[in-house]
Amino acid sequence: MSTGTAVQSSPALSAFVGRAAGHGSVLAERGIPTRRVEAWRYTPLRAFTETVWNEASALSDHDVQSLLDALALPEAESRAVFANGQEAASQTRLSENLVRSQGEAVDPLEDRFSAILNAALRQDGLSIRVPAGVAAGTLVLVSLTSGNAISTHLRHQIVLEDGASLTVFDVNAGDGRYVTNPRFDIVVGKGAQLNHVKLQREGANAGHLALVYASVDANGNYDSFTLNQGSELARHEVVATLTQAHAQVHVNGIQIVDGTRLNDLTSMIHHAAPDCGSRQTVKTVLSESGQGVFQGKILVDRVAQKTDGYQMNQALLLSEKAQINSKPELEIYADDVKCSHGATVGALDDEQLFYLRSRGVPEAEARIILVQAFLLDALDLVTDETLRDVLIRSITA
Amino acid sequence: MPAVTETRETVEKLAKSSYEWGFETDIEMDIAPKGLNEDTVRLISERKREPEWMLEWRLKAFRMWLEMKEPEWAKVSHPPIDYQDAHYFAQPKKKPGPKSLDEVDPELLKTYAKLGIPLHEQALLAGVEGAEDQKRLPVAVDAVFDSVSVATTFRKTLEEAGVIFCPISDAIREHPDLVKQYLGSVVPAADNFFAALNSAVFTDGSFVFVPKGVRCPMELSTYFRINARNTGQFERTLIIVEDGASVSYLEGCTAPQRDENQLHAAVVELIAMDDASIKYSTVQNWYPGDDEGRGGIYNFVTKRGACRGARSKISWTQVETGSAITWKYPSCVLAGEGSVGEFYSVAVTNNHQQADTGTKMIHLAPNTRSTIIAKTISAGRSDSTYRGLVRMQPKARNARNFTQCDSLLIGDQCGAHTVPYIESRNMTARIEHEATTSKISEDQLFYCRSRGLSEEDAVGLIVNGFCREVLKELPMEFAVEAQKLLQVSLEGSVG
Repeated sequence: MSTGTAVQSSPALSAFVGRAAGHGSVLAERGIPTRRVEAWRYTPLRAFTETVWNEASALSDHDVQSLLDALALPEAESRAVFANGQEAASQTRLSENLVRSQGEAVDPLEDRFSAILNAALRQDGLSIRVPAGVAAGTLVLVSLTSGNAISTHLRHQIVLEDGASLTVFDVNAGDGRYVTNPRFDIVVGKGAQLNHVKLQREGANAGHLALVYASVDANGNYDSFTLNQGSELARHEVVATLTQAHAQVHVNGIQIVDGTRLNDLTSMIHHAAPDCGSRQTVKTVLSESGQGVFQGKILVDRVAQKTDGYQMNQALLLSEKAQINSKPELEIYADDVKCSHGATVGALDDEQLFYLRSRGVPEAEARIILVQAFLLDALDLVTDETLRDVLIRSITA
Repeated sequence: MPAVTETRETVEKLAKSSYEWGFETDIEMDIAPKGLNEDTVRLISERKREPEWMLEWRLKAFRMWLEMKEPEWAKVSHPPIDYQDAHYFAQPKKKPGPKSLDEVDPELLKTYAKLGIPLHEQALLAGVEGAEDQKRLPVAVDAVFDSVSVATTFRKTLEEAGVIFCPISDAIREHPDLVKQYLGSVVPAADNFFAALNSAVFTDGSFVFVPKGVRCPMELSTYFRINARNTGQFERTLIIVEDGASVSYLEGCTAPQRDENQLHAAVVELIAMDDASIKYSTVQNWYPGDDEGRGGIYNFVTKRGACRGARSKISWTQVETGSAITWKYPSCVLAGEGSVGEFYSVAVTNNHQQADTGTKMIHLAPNTRSTIIAKTISAGRSDSTYRGLVRMQPKARNARNFTQCDSLLIGDQCGAHTVPYIESRNMTARIEHEATTSKISEDQLFYCRSRGLSEEDAVGLIVNGFCREVLKELPMEFAVEAQKLLQVSLEGSVG
């Protein structure tokens, strides 16, 4: 399959390459993908190419505090706050179970634009390690951005040693017209468990190009859930590799898209070892002129016998102008596997609406009930009740 | 058990030659020199005694082709194709019509016998004088023997019903208005690289026109054969069905064994008006190459149907077991309100075959419906991809699609891939898609074996069951052939 190399020259690209100085050569060579590049056919970056995106300047403590207050974050064992690409030290407190480390280079993923951009302009994010066997509770990791024509490119690394566990609540918010381009490198050790719950509520004019690379060892579990609910254009991209037997990966999510926004969830789950399992449920609710994109690929290597892969992707269209583009993909080279995917697209069921209305529920309320019911089984996949409640509040607000 | 006997027979036949229909007929040919340029296009047009407008149409397509690039997105790999290293025209030398079968070139008859064409039909095909009056057969055959239809049978019977069924080169001369109006209206020359190439150099194919209200009295059938060494085949098929009319068209292929890869880039256009219905069935069994994957056919085909009229229906059914590389997406453009598109497919790959096949259902109008059932079976070292698109445009109110793609893997050296694209711009449209990939379950195998079936028979039985939803859509005579083909194609893949 061709990945395409549609090079463009644009103010944005020149500015990015200029800021990257010595290490932007791959970026300069590859350019910003157009829709002719298969991975971006449904998610046009054109709107961002005319802006010169500058380095962000630091936010004052006061600004950070007021942005944080607006978020009403849950209490947790640890918290780390980044504002305009810089760590807000006064707001960060880590429990002794999280050990700061030096980020090591993992797979560069140089065929993915979000990774290339991050590699060229990378900023230090949070690099931590959870020692073997330690249950480190919850870490709230906040990225705040405020300003116009700025971009941030944080790089976080989270390593769970064998048998360790951690829940990360990854919150992205801000105001203004900006681009955030965070990258996570996640290593889940043998028998370790990482729950990664993400809330993407960037400002309505923002761009968000996130990339998560997760590698999961034997009996390890990377369990992720993403609520994509902000940004003018957002892609949450996950590349997860199951490297040893009996590893598990979950890449679940909900996208709520209104206005003229576009939210995109793209994932590649790579089964590189036998006896592993992966599960994916993604639900998208579209209203007004919202556009939803889902691209989910399951790759099963020849060695990955007894793979159990499941993928469900459903979209609910609530308006005449809404649009969904979905591409669930299976690429399978092992014969003794059980892989399936399902996809449905449609509007609210008239009969269900009629049923509720015939029992005296006003139409508007009936619609809300049905949308909530549509989302319910996806939300149930968030195992942490506190975080699930935060997400439900975000959806219903 | 008859099924077992049948399989055993097939296996025995196979033991003799690894590809039953791998033979080459030695008859006199009129061949154009190798290479492709404007002169080649002119030569083809001249040999076909085509009017000037047709030559212009070809040249325009050829010039577009020069500007185009070969597509790379399909999940197939092959050495680059040298388009200059092939003959673009080959024609059996014309002789006056023989008086009886005894006078027919024995080589030609042998070919027919190997293909299993009944004697009476052989006489018709070979152009024996008076053969047509003897008896009526329910199937009309338009044999494409290399690039020229040697004979078209039953033309008269069809003509009485008002149906035109003839080689497209005849249609260009005899029905220029119809051809001018519809040729390239579903698949324009600029549609893709191979469609442009075909438009420039197509040598033959079938033309079908069914006028208003006529139910075509018989199933129409074409045997495609690729015969001369190094001649790419560029068929062009155009089927037009007017208001309230219907037709069922069968296309079946076998090809002689040879060493060099052969390019086949056909274009098929279907047009259905109000309440019209077209059923297009294919059994494709071209030479897939030897066990190492050498020498098979490259099958890069553009097939598309336009449901132009309200309540029209186009149904594609295909059983794909042959070719080294298949690149084929029979599609439906549902432009008429309430029109229906269907795609039923079985694709089997073995040894080093590669298949990238699927369909596109483009819903443009309200209340349109489409169904996609695709069964993919990979064995040996082969790779098979289902690639499909379902698109609901803003006007497709209450449109419906149901898609089911199932893949079966036999052996641990093959690959099966599913790449569906689902695009909806209408909230009232409903799309359901499901796909599964699995191997033959041990339970099913054990059950069959415990009842005395050999492993190979058991696999055959299970595979036929796996494909049943598609096979039952085939016309009777094809269904039988298709079941045999499935079994033959999977020989040696288990045990």
